[in-house]
Amino acid sequence: MKKECQDCGAEINVPDDALVGEIVTCPDCGADFEITTKTQNTVELKPAESVGEDWGQ
Amino acid sequence: MVELCVLYDKVRFEEKSIYDKALKKGIKARMTDAKSITISTANKRKELALGDVILQRSISHFRGLYLTACIEFLGFSVINKFQVGQICGNKLLTSLTLAKHKVPTPKTYFAFSSAAAMEIINSTGFPVVLKPIVGSWGRGVYPLRDEEVANMIIEMREENDSPLGRIYYIQEMIQRPPRDLRCIVVGNEIVAAVYRYSAENEWRTNVARGGKSEKAPITNELEDIAIRAAKAVGGGVLGVDLMEDAQKGLLVHEINNTVEFRGASSVSNTDIAGAIVDYSVAVVKK
Repeated sequence: MKKECQDCGAEINVPDDALVGEIVTCPDCGADFEITTKTQNTVELKPAESVGEDWGQ
Repeated sequence: MVELCVLYDKVRFEEKSIYDKALKKGIKARMTDAKSITISTANKRKELALGDVILQRSISHFRGLYLTACIEFLGFSVINKFQVGQICGNKLLTSLTLAKHKVPTPKTYFAFSSAAAMEIINSTGFPVVLKPIVGSWGRGVYPLRDEEVANMIIEMREENDSPLGRIYYIQEMIQRPPRDLRCIVVGNEIVAAVYRYSAENEWRTNVARGGKSEKAPITNELEDIAIRAAKAVGGGVLGVDLMEDAQKGLLVHEINNTVEFRGASSVSNTDIAGAIVDYSVAVVKK
């Protein structure tokens, strides 16, 4: 599924097997977006959280 | 039927693998965004649809830790428990816990002012390793090889705005090969062990720093120490990290309570996600 980047307007490809909560990256500007809802025909994105100091192990 | 809930704030390889594996095993599973949950002191367990057992998989340590405290308050079983997260997320508490349970671990000093930290460093001699007590992906871990650099780094820490930055954790430098060992412990079993090699021009072995994984043999010594380390911090699904010292043998230096296993999965023949799902279901049935 294709979605327009909210930052630069480029086309972001959301893989069919992607789950809500996964992060997709705009191939043009590098902005990260989190998948918030996904049905067979629609997908919604929101800007992803930036890496926090306490992320990871 | 048992329902498994994977709590995430960002879906990575690990969360997706666990969820997919649960569905393949015919287990009811749900993915829940930790960022969307609110809880009050008046809430009852039945008001939150979080299944029967929860795998806390938040990438943000403090979000995961305090959300776990809240959902344990409501009576949910969480893997891993709040107490486990509290110890593992803090290197000072981890070192003290390992030493208390006589699990081999590098000799570590603690100081509570920059002057006291320099006193320790000058009396132990170089090299030593300075680590933040709370931190991840190897951030803020510095090898100190001479007094000039030590002074600069300690001064930098002193100027840091974080109160935790002024707690000094100073560890002997282990003369190890350019790798460490990561063991994925699930309950009472090691399900995978991998060597993590440092990337070129990098001393740290974190996969997040470009480190590469290679399958490691699970020896009796490794099994004994890794299981004892996991039990010492309260058990569950854990990543036990060890270093190999030529004289002292294996030493546990860190335990991860939200273990990342993408690197281990790519080189190990074991089904790590499957083992985590089986363990989680068994916890409910106990």
